[in-house]
Amino acid sequence: MLGFLKKPVVVTAEINVNLVALTVMGLISRLWGLSYPRAVVFDEVYYGQFVSLYMKRIFFVDDSGPPFGHMLLALGGYLGGFDGNFLWNRIGAEYSMNVPVWALRLLPALAGALCVPLAYQILVELQLSHCAALGAALLILLENSLITQSRFMLLESILIFFILLAVLSYLKFYNLQRHSSFSGSWWFWLLLTGVSCSCAVGVKYMGLFTYMLLLAISGLHFWHMIGDQNLSNVSLMCHFLARGLALIVIPVAMYLSFFYVHLTLLYRSGPHDQIMTSAFQASLEGGLARITQGQPLEVAYGSQITLRNVLGKPVQCWLHSHTNTYPIRYENGRGSSHQQQVTCYPFKDVNNWWIVKDPGMQQLVVSNPPRPVRHGHVVQLVHGITTRYLNTHDVAAPLSPHSQEVSCYIDYNISMPAQNLWRVEIVNRESDTDVWKTILSEVRFVHVNTSAVLKASGFMLSGASLPEWGYRQLEVVGEKLSKGYHQSMVWNVEEHRYGKSQEQKEREVELHSPTQMDISKNLSFMAKFTELQWKILTLKNEDTEHKYSSSALDWITMDTNIAYWLHPTSGAQIHLLGNVVTWASANVAALAYTCLSLWYLIRRRRKIYDVPEDAWQLWVSAGGICLGGWAVNYLPFFLREKILYPYLPALTFQILLIPIVLQHLGDHLCSSLLLKSMFSALIVAWFSSVYFVHCTFSPVTYGEPSLSVTELKDLRWKDSWNILIRKQ
Amino acid sequence: WDETHFGKMGSYYINRTFFFDVHPPLGKMLIGLAGYLSGYDGTFPFQKPGDRYEQHSYMGMRGFCAFLGSCLVPFAYLTVLELSKSLPAALLTAFILIFDTGCITLSQYILLDPILMFFLMGAVLSMVKCNSCADRPFSASWWFWLSLTGVNLAGAMGVKFVGLFVVLLVGLNTIYDLWDLLGNLSLSLVMFGKHLLARVLCLILLPLALYTTMFAVHFTVLNKSGPGDGFFSSAFQSQLIGNNLHNVSIPEHLAYGSVVTMKNLRMAGGYLHSHWHLYPEGVGARQQQVTAYLHKDLNNLWIIKKHDLDTADLSDPSSPVEFVRHGDIIRLEHKETSRNLHSHQHEAPLTRKHFQVTGYGINGTGDSNDFWRIEVVGRKAGKLIKVLRSQVRLTHVATGCILGSSGKTLPKWGWEQVEVTCTPYLKESPNSLWNFEDHINPKLPNISLDVLKPSFAEILLESHMVMIRGNSGLKPKDNEVTSKPWHWPINYQGLRFSGVNETDYRVYLLGNPVIWWLNLVTIGLYLLIAVSTAVALKRGVQLTSELKELSRIMLRGGGQIMLGWLLHYLPFFMMGRVLYFHHYFPAMLFSSMLTGITWDTLLKFCAGFLSPSTTARKVYGGSVLALVLLITYSFYLFHPLSYGMIGPMASDPSSPMAGLRWMDSWEF
Repeated sequence: MLGFLKKPVVVTAEINVNLVALTVMGLISRLWGLSYPRAVVFDEVYYGQFVSLYMKRIFFVDDSGPPFGHMLLALGGYLGGFDGNFLWNRIGAEYSMNVPVWALRLLPALAGALCVPLAYQILVELQLSHCAALGAALLILLENSLITQSRFMLLESILIFFILLAVLSYLKFYNLQRHSSFSGSWWFWLLLTGVSCSCAVGVKYMGLFTYMLLLAISGLHFWHMIGDQNLSNVSLMCHFLARGLALIVIPVAMYLSFFYVHLTLLYRSGPHDQIMTSAFQASLEGGLARITQGQPLEVAYGSQITLRNVLGKPVQCWLHSHTNTYPIRYENGRGSSHQQQVTCYPFKDVNNWWIVKDPGMQQLVVSNPPRPVRHGHVVQLVHGITTRYLNTHDVAAPLSPHSQEVSCYIDYNISMPAQNLWRVEIVNRESDTDVWKTILSEVRFVHVNTSAVLKASGFMLSGASLPEWGYRQLEVVGEKLSKGYHQSMVWNVEEHRYGKSQEQKEREVELHSPTQMDISKNLSFMAKFTELQWKILTLKNEDTEHKYSSSALDWITMDTNIAYWLHPTSGAQIHLLGNVVTWASANVAALAYTCLSLWYLIRRRRKIYDVPEDAWQLWVSAGGICLGGWAVNYLPFFLREKILYPYLPALTFQILLIPIVLQHLGDHLCSSLLLKSMFSALIVAWFSSVYFVHCTFSPVTYGEPSLSVTELKDLRWKDSWNILIRKQ
Repeated sequence: WDETHFGKMGSYYINRTFFFDVHPPLGKMLIGLAGYLSGYDGTFPFQKPGDRYEQHSYMGMRGFCAFLGSCLVPFAYLTVLELSKSLPAALLTAFILIFDTGCITLSQYILLDPILMFFLMGAVLSMVKCNSCADRPFSASWWFWLSLTGVNLAGAMGVKFVGLFVVLLVGLNTIYDLWDLLGNLSLSLVMFGKHLLARVLCLILLPLALYTTMFAVHFTVLNKSGPGDGFFSSAFQSQLIGNNLHNVSIPEHLAYGSVVTMKNLRMAGGYLHSHWHLYPEGVGARQQQVTAYLHKDLNNLWIIKKHDLDTADLSDPSSPVEFVRHGDIIRLEHKETSRNLHSHQHEAPLTRKHFQVTGYGINGTGDSNDFWRIEVVGRKAGKLIKVLRSQVRLTHVATGCILGSSGKTLPKWGWEQVEVTCTPYLKESPNSLWNFEDHINPKLPNISLDVLKPSFAEILLESHMVMIRGNSGLKPKDNEVTSKPWHWPINYQGLRFSGVNETDYRVYLLGNPVIWWLNLVTIGLYLLIAVSTAVALKRGVQLTSELKELSRIMLRGGGQIMLGWLLHYLPFFMMGRVLYFHHYFPAMLFSSMLTGITWDTLLKFCAGFLSPSTTARKVYGGSVLALVLLITYSFYLFHPLSYGMIGPMASDPSSPMAGLRWMDSWEF
């Protein structure tokens, strides 16, 4: 009790001056002149639009990655009081006064600055000397490409920050493991590992690579623990569960929570609505929800419906018909049935309305009580305006001759009977007696006579449409069932109301009138999440190549640069261009590390030990993390071409490897004192060259000062670099 | 079905006409040989699936494939026996393979897969045999199995590039082996060197030698011009009898007014081509497409004109012939459409950094963007330009970019031909170099030319480039429903081999579902057992000697097989080309062997708890027998899949297959 009265309260503060100094330098280098240039720089044009949409709470889908990164950028905008009113249309456009440039760029810059002390700490935790750690931090500090990338509203620096934080906290955790398992700080660092991993993944999917690496490393460490006979089975189990919780359960939960926040923030409908399903659209405020609110849920005989194709790519479209018929002969000489055209039409139109009819009855209104249509029922679909029946028969379709033509049947009194019975199959049914539901049910129409399936033709994917006679609308065909499942064969009811008027005239009026009534349909969070996640993963536009894309092999040698911004009048410009000396030495370090490791390994296998055991352990663990980090972040990109900046995380790891190799060389391979001092002198010389190159290129890193033409020409050290020189 | 491809290629060998295929030649050569020996004369056209063979003798080729296919059973039997030292395990595996409908179907027809799987299993078997000879290194049997491994590797690689995966498997196994030897301090470094050399010799040099021989035979046998010519360079084509470049006689120097074809100098580069189709909207300017096309075609013809003169002057027969010189500024007019080769500062369709190349102008009148400077590599200004031999560069006068082919395949609107761009980066590469191949000018005398003969190494390299390009060009079409790798192990969807309608004789490639699902379960089971065994060993649990032996079989033997399965399955997830169900069959072989080993070990282990040992043995024997009976019965149910079904589809209750369509995705 009251022990503090007996002893004085003493606060001992330990300040690592190195760390403080590095942080300050990092902040200065990243934050200096942050709001210059006051213009849209490179991919800011891309991320900026999302920030604006966040500010306006409008829903969007971005296929480049999960939403956490965008949300962080938007947080900057929110703190800076950005109202989202800026047209992000062109790189180099001047920002208007309402855009808080500084605040928008602040978070990435802070993240970039903090990478410097993080690098220092990582090397310290890897048991390297403070000198080596300082070296690593300075290399990161002087790396021009990292500076450029973190000074703008881009995601890489945030990603790198979280990656480094994850590595650091795992190392802290691992070092605590030996003496104080399950202590407070042990838990803290373990949980922080999981949290920062999920943040990294949440910023960009690239973070997955580092996450996997850390999982593998912790698996390996745990495998060693299994072999430790001093640990009881119970404590092993506890260790296992703790890791499982922190490294798997928490990241997954965090990842879900990003989406939860994302979906909560964005509740208004917007430009990307149409790629989502009708159900999703209906859950957003405005847009489709305004129309569909209050529709009856169950489709019944006599219902008036519009049918939307589920595929929705490249455009959404609705089943449509109009009074025009297929031409008797097509341009290529094939014949048609000359029946009324049925197409898929990308716009809302009164001709998109169809009526569900019971083949056994004549009436086109909903009886009271309504008789719902269930899975497996056979129906006829009547086109609302022309009252013709949806029909398909063994006639080749206009564009896809291997499929059947779909038409609205006209009785020409020739030997072509009506074949207008369709069986309703609910694809996403839970039981075989499910009722056909508005928006929620995805249905397939199987033709009873020919078992063909109603399908929006494959030509739709390539954007080809019917010729003039079909008003450039999209083709609809009957596809033979055997071709398997495809989304273009599935339809859902979007607009729906119960038909009341038996007379054709009244019905036309009814069809033209807007739908009314009011109930909202709520999707659960998990359903929304799955759909959004799936859309993000599959939305990749395939064959468009970015103007600045380069192959992965160009990255290590830095054969390409990216011009980020050019001053509208002077020669001032900003490029993503690395520090040549650092890049080259990082490559050399990686190569040296690999060769030396192989050499040691083979020698050790023959029981020849060149270095003491603890130095070897250090060499393996430090190099394993850095080289491993480089490899997992770099090698996957050989599978596809990308722009330069995905290399930056890999580069960061590679830079961390340089001091490790250097320290090892200095400690173990320089035997005599003379060699050692020569080695130190070399390092000093090399370091000054790094500094020199940094200074030389800093004008194109910061965009200031403006350089003259000759100076710019001098900067073009490689022919493949694309430095912009204004013609006089 | 695919017999149309491979049977046709067999006929090509017999007729000695040159063709091109994306797979290496060994498999088709063997088919051709089998056909030749069995008296097939190579005249059947193999035009579309379902054609009758009539009087042609095809049984030789089919019999050959079926024989190789049936060899898989003893191979798998021996491999498992060697790995597990347990007869029931080996028998179980053998029964699985005998009674799998998929394996039967696949080996009954003229296809590459039975041949590939034969070599693949051969390689695995000899590798395993060689491992068990490891205690007697350098003995005769050791050498025999080691070199046999090499031979089989060459065979597997020579049939399809998928053979690469088994090479990887053997490679990893060898590295592991060598690493073991290196750690054995009783072995001197000299001895280790011998081991290393022996492996390099048998597993690298021998297969390479065989592989190259195979190509040598391929190119010697096929010495007549055929449908595959256009894929290869001009120099290569000049070696084929019947090709228009063989013993060619054309005007030697390029002149104005000549009609020419231009071939890109990159490996597997195409002819400069244009046709009556415009670039679609949104892809640069809406002008006529210019592409590179691998086949010979009338649309590859271009007319060389002076930049400032019109057509009329040159067509006049009396006017003197004027030669094109290095550094001249010319215009190239497409002969069929009379449009000029044109470029401008619009993005190229795929390579966005380059400029778009189009056909522009009407009847040869265009604008200044149609002017190109023609230059020969390594020559001075004013020299004449030689057909075939000169390597020519075309520089666009207005923008300074160079005409090149990027090697990327255009999407459907470009008929999947190769993109042609104008690159502003002045890097020297074969992509941006062209040579003139055909040259027609009635005013000039024809001179017989001997084109430089390419060396064998060049031919080999070139044919590989062509194959790789061909393989990556097999992209799935837009609306085609393709098979996904995850479909395969669960036997989701088969392949229709012949017959669609109710009246046809239908053969459907689908694995025996009982066997395949057993295999699938076993993989999970194996992982579970292996992990728990490994953890138990690591925790230092004391095991009896029998259990130790069992766990060794599980971890070492099963591990090898598991690795084989992974290597033959996972890479398909990363492939962009069209995938088919039958690609899974090599992996399925491994999976079947794993099933044999795992179930045998598991049953032994469980029976070990029973006492006395006679009951244990009875229970063990009974369970193995039960498994075999289950497999046999399922085969009885599903055998019509591979031996042919006639009658109504399975959805009809009167069909013999009624009630067997367990998954909706099966199409029989």
